[in-house]
Amino acid sequence: MPRKTLKCLFGVDEGSRANRKVVVGHRPCPSNEEIIPPKFCDNRIVSSKYTVWNFLPKNLFEQFRRIANFYFLIIFLVQVIVDTPTSPVTSGLPLFFVITVTAIKQGYEDWLRHKADNEVNKYKVTVLEDGKAIQSESEKIKVGDIVKVEENETFPCDLILLQSHRDDGTCFVTTASLDGESNHKTHYTVPNIGSDLESLTATIECEQPQSDLYKFVGRMDIYKDSQEPIFRSLGPENLLLKGATLKNTKVIYGVAVYTGMETKMALNYQGKSQKRSAVEKSINAFLLIYLFILVSKALVCTTLKYVWQSKPGQDEPWYNEKTQREKDTNLYLKMFTDFLSFMVLFNFIIPVSMYVTVEMQKFLGSFFIAWDKDFFDPEIKEGALVNTSDLNEELGQVEYVFTDKTGTLTQNNMEFIECCIDGFQYKHRDARDELDGFCDTDGPVNKVQQKAGREKEELFLRALCLCHTVQVKESAEQDGLTDQVDGSILDETPSPEERGFIASSPDEIALVKGAMRYGFTFLGLESKTLKILNRSKEVEMYELLHVLNFDPVRRRMSVIVRNGSGETVLYCKGADSSIFPRVKREEVERIRLHVERNATEGYRTLCVAYKRLSPEEYAQVDEDLKEARLALQDREEKLTAVYNQVETEMDLIGATAVEDRLQEEAAETMEALQGAGIKVWVLTGDKMETAKSTCYACRLFQRNTELLELTLRTLEARGRSREERLHELLLEYHKKAVQDAPPVKAGITRSWSGANHDYGFIIDGASLSLMLSSSSESKPSLYESLFLQICQNCTAVLCCRMAPLQKAQIVKMVKNSKGSPITLSIGDGANDVSMILEAHVGIGIKGKEGRQAVRNSDYAIPKLKHLKKLLLAHGHLYYVRIAHLVQYFFYKNLCFILPQFLYQFFCGYSQQPLYDAAYLTMYNICFTSMPILAYSLLEQHIGIEDLLDNATLYRDVAKNAMLQWLPFLYWTLLGVFQGLLFFFGVRYLFSNPALQDNGQVFGNWSYGTIVFTVLVFTVTLKLAMDTRHWTWINHFVIWGSLAFYVFFSFFWGGIIWPFIRHQRLYFVFANMLGSVSAWLVIILLILLSLLPEILLAVFRKNHGSHARQKKLVESSGGGLEFPGSSARPLLMRTFSDESHTVT
Amino acid sequence: MKEEGNLENRPSNTAFTQQRLPAWQPMLSAGVVIPGFLVIGLAFIGIGVGLLITSRSIQVLELDYTGTETNSPCNKCTTLPIQNNCVCKLNFTIDTLFKGPVFFYYSLTNYFQSQRKYGASLDYNQLSGDLTYFKSPASDCDPYRYANGKPIVPCGSLANSMFNDTFKLYQIVNGKENLVPFDGKGIAWWTDYNIKYRNPDYSPLENAFNDTEKPVFWSKPAYKLDTSDSSNNGFVNQDFLVWMRRAALPNFRKLYRRITEGDYKDGLPVGNYSLEISYNYPVKSFDGTKKATFSNVSWMGGQNEFLGIAYLAIGSMCVVMSVVMLIVYAKFRFPEDD
Repeated sequence: MPRKTLKCLFGVDEGSRANRKVVVGHRPCPSNEEIIPPKFCDNRIVSSKYTVWNFLPKNLFEQFRRIANFYFLIIFLVQVIVDTPTSPVTSGLPLFFVITVTAIKQGYEDWLRHKADNEVNKYKVTVLEDGKAIQSESEKIKVGDIVKVEENETFPCDLILLQSHRDDGTCFVTTASLDGESNHKTHYTVPNIGSDLESLTATIECEQPQSDLYKFVGRMDIYKDSQEPIFRSLGPENLLLKGATLKNTKVIYGVAVYTGMETKMALNYQGKSQKRSAVEKSINAFLLIYLFILVSKALVCTTLKYVWQSKPGQDEPWYNEKTQREKDTNLYLKMFTDFLSFMVLFNFIIPVSMYVTVEMQKFLGSFFIAWDKDFFDPEIKEGALVNTSDLNEELGQVEYVFTDKTGTLTQNNMEFIECCIDGFQYKHRDARDELDGFCDTDGPVNKVQQKAGREKEELFLRALCLCHTVQVKESAEQDGLTDQVDGSILDETPSPEERGFIASSPDEIALVKGAMRYGFTFLGLESKTLKILNRSKEVEMYELLHVLNFDPVRRRMSVIVRNGSGETVLYCKGADSSIFPRVKREEVERIRLHVERNATEGYRTLCVAYKRLSPEEYAQVDEDLKEARLALQDREEKLTAVYNQVETEMDLIGATAVEDRLQEEAAETMEALQGAGIKVWVLTGDKMETAKSTCYACRLFQRNTELLELTLRTLEARGRSREERLHELLLEYHKKAVQDAPPVKAGITRSWSGANHDYGFIIDGASLSLMLSSSSESKPSLYESLFLQICQNCTAVLCCRMAPLQKAQIVKMVKNSKGSPITLSIGDGANDVSMILEAHVGIGIKGKEGRQAVRNSDYAIPKLKHLKKLLLAHGHLYYVRIAHLVQYFFYKNLCFILPQFLYQFFCGYSQQPLYDAAYLTMYNICFTSMPILAYSLLEQHIGIEDLLDNATLYRDVAKNAMLQWLPFLYWTLLGVFQGLLFFFGVRYLFSNPALQDNGQVFGNWSYGTIVFTVLVFTVTLKLAMDTRHWTWINHFVIWGSLAFYVFFSFFWGGIIWPFIRHQRLYFVFANMLGSVSAWLVIILLILLSLLPEILLAVFRKNHGSHARQKKLVESSGGGLEFPGSSARPLLMRTFSDESHTVT
Repeated sequence: MKEEGNLENRPSNTAFTQQRLPAWQPMLSAGVVIPGFLVIGLAFIGIGVGLLITSRSIQVLELDYTGTETNSPCNKCTTLPIQNNCVCKLNFTIDTLFKGPVFFYYSLTNYFQSQRKYGASLDYNQLSGDLTYFKSPASDCDPYRYANGKPIVPCGSLANSMFNDTFKLYQIVNGKENLVPFDGKGIAWWTDYNIKYRNPDYSPLENAFNDTEKPVFWSKPAYKLDTSDSSNNGFVNQDFLVWMRRAALPNFRKLYRRITEGDYKDGLPVGNYSLEISYNYPVKSFDGTKKATFSNVSWMGGQNEFLGIAYLAIGSMCVVMSVVMLIVYAKFRFPEDD
């Protein structure tokens, strides 16, 4: 046994480098090489972080890794070890509270994860073992096990499909829980397996686990009757992913290749990095300042203490003799201890509770986004989703919005508009009315002006019907009988097309539906046979030989089919730029005009071409393809090479135009964002003309916008080297947009008032990479900074022809540019994930292109239009709330501790606390915590409606305005002012401590209690004054806190407390209230501390309302110019990488 | 209409979740602030005037008897090596009737009762009469915890340093000294005297203090603080209680006696007086001073001009502000008040 384990370990080492080798069904195979069964991880999914045993140490360790917690721990330890003025309880209790709350929260979250894990791990599965089906639990599946999965079950691990109940060796799955695509995907069994799985001896060699859901390369060696093994290549079409669900197939058998944490699903849930908000950075900066204040206070006190003591008689007056131990202590040690004691005494200036409150505010506050019913979309029946609550306030700070085009700005809801066959235009008028009565079967389609020959027409329509990866949807009860669905279409049940087809790219469906309107109906794909119903209601059968998949580089896809008469034909469709070079020149000229016109009208255009393959040609192609598919290394590259080789010298048949509608209120949203001073960049993989027209439709570019273009077109204009031209253009644009432009006044009146000259910038992917690569060689980052400077002075920037990684590159570039602006990325597709992850805030749209964007986003909203409220209302409010929360917290602790510091001058620097320990502990926890929490959840300094109506208000808080040094200084000065006032006000009152009408005197605890009472009231009333939005909760909490303070003080002073050594506060509070002078001084000091605030509020408000009214006038004027309807919904897109096809 | 039914995902439409709770939105408009300031200002001026008049009406007579100056009668008590019961007399004259009840305070300066270690150096359990702590006082009491091997009761620096000068006031009428009766009750907080500090429940109080030592600095043990009145003896002796309530600032005043009885109930009449001080408490070593103060009190306590002046100042400031705002308002007419 130990030897075996050793071997296993060795096997793992081997395996981690090379491919992994799986023995199907654990049956040793007759191969010449010795196979050591390598040890793979088991099928347990572990998303939880802790176990019962390690929770406490691990959680504590992680919590104390946070600097703030560690600091408080140190303070606590100092209090325990050194003889300090306050008992360890005063800082231990809050720390304990914080740690406990966090631990409970994390424990609860982990418990949920455990529960979810268990659900998955204890899932009942059937495993074939020696021919017998054995019930087992999901976590017990080992690599190599043959697993049986029934319909509507999810796959327990990544399986290679061996056998399907369906005759054609296929099965259907949905990956809705993986990437959100709800369409059925077809997967294929490995050929030549045979029906007897018991006796199957085979090994699978496949790559090491990797996270890409759509990539899999493997090879299966099947040993039959001790002959030479048969090799079969395995691709993603053979792999069933854990988490996907089996559909339309009764039962399948598969062999586990990746299990547990090595499944693609598990690998995809890892590696989401934590984002930190700008506010958090500000907090840390302020924290350093306060730490500095704290240390300097302690130093000042320590120094003064020893200076003061050096005077004779002060160090040790006769009434306060030192103990023997104190006398013996080394002077420097004493100084150090004193320093530590002062630190402990003043440590409350850095509040533990701030972290709790900030965290609670973020956690609770984020519910308002999920709760907002304005974000609810009745179509998808979902509202907004909050994946992280750490970034709420960042939504109010956005300076750059990077938006995807397709599915984000546009609906990704395609409609076939027209086509062009052989240079003749076929327009389907009133397309929507005609949806049901789609077909006049006898004769040519009467709506079409017949111009092209009938043969060409039919060829074109057949191409549309054949060249795609669309599936016909089978309803559940029909059990895979396509005829039924066909029947329903023929019966003209209401809108059959709506349900009929499923594809990963909506424009494919649009094309199939378009063909249907002209009389060619796609009936479905059955055992490699494509069936179409032609105009004369005859069913034509085509054998599907190969699908040459779409990929964003080629930007086209093809199918090779054999028709009834044995002819082999390749049909290809793709973007004009990728088709035109591959077809005959003269055909291009006829169609190019048409394509270009369509593009300018805002349609997505595709060209369709075909090629007849002679049997010899086909044989060659077939062989090449098979060889490439079998390749274990560089399979993609090899396949692409073969594809490119096949797709040449084709005949262009025609082109299609598909309309892509703008999202609801897309233009209004963009306008609002620009009004808010946010720069909108459109990053798209689409081509320039299409993207440009979208930008115009969204009013990102306007008529007077001067476009600066940096694309391959402009670069190649004068036949000079691209680098030179790039340099020249950049400098020219820079001069135009940056140097000649009037200096921009910090963020105000930037663009949209129309007075300035507007610029729009367009760059494409090729130019971008050229710019970045050439800048890295010669003049590092010169081009980059030129580019950024130009872009900063442009109203809108359009980046087209972007690969997903380039999108992220752009975001990163802007993110790291001068001033490190806050960026937001919004997108709906898998190609936006990289930029969503890169930006400060990533927003996913719950669109049609799957759920990957949503899963990787920080916030997800159903529609683009919701972005407006998310940023302008929620973001703005969250920012104001948390900024105020942070400033207020520092302020209230400054004026809390300052009197205690000042008191040191009156107590011989002896670290005598001014306040009682209970007050020290409770101040931040009980007396002043709830009002600010309520404020930070409920405050609306400006109503939500107003925020939405006046986008310019967003600029008021731009650039972290409320947490800049100036406001911080203001709050700090306010704290200092009030602290001084509290202390010295009471000090002068105490110049005669006989404050009661019976002549009795007050002592030091009365002094502290008066200061503390003034403090609590002032600090709470200050917040009350800042509150602009008094709900009953605010009332309850503010007045409740004050009442609680009074009640607590009575209670605390009203009882001789057992187990407490000093009853120093006994009746102090009650006696204080018995003194008229104390009342008067409390009222006086509260009013005096708030006086400057009141005055400022009055003047600031007048100032503010002036400005706001101006803005109101401005915005209403602006709003009238653009009536709120998107008049030009016609947008275009080619068959670009926006739509990624998955087979 | 069909929307409502099947949408269980739909967020609940309550005022709270939609952030639409009815709210009061106070505006600090000039229309509120100007009259507000005026009213507050006038009220403050009124209070200030009242306070100032009251404070001025309080009579205070302060006598420094530290004895640092050579011509002071108490000088002899400071120059000599510390001796017990050094008695010195201060003569003074009262020109107008010193209205009663008159309160007699002693004041100390540069005396840090607010020192942390000093203030913490006591054992509350002893002082609440718990006999177990008579045998082993709290460690806080160091260095006044044990003396001669016996526990000190009451232990600690605070009790040890109790003020022990005593005073007697005579009115000199026709060359004869008439003793002005002092009332030593009602000088400490009622709760301290009745609840917080307790003598041990022992019949002759003295026996409770068996095997204990008196504080080092004290001339007599705690159970002999006031032998004439058992309710003012031991830990509930009011002089002791007054001392044990630590002063907040280094210059402080503590209540010593009230003059509420006999002929002097209504105050000290015009005449010559002599204050006989038994000078025991050393202050010279830390540059302190000692004063004896006669004062009467009002509803606001003892004399304190700070409050009155502060109220007057703030009140007038408010009035001035409101006037300034009114001028600004009249000139520019804030637009929000339409």
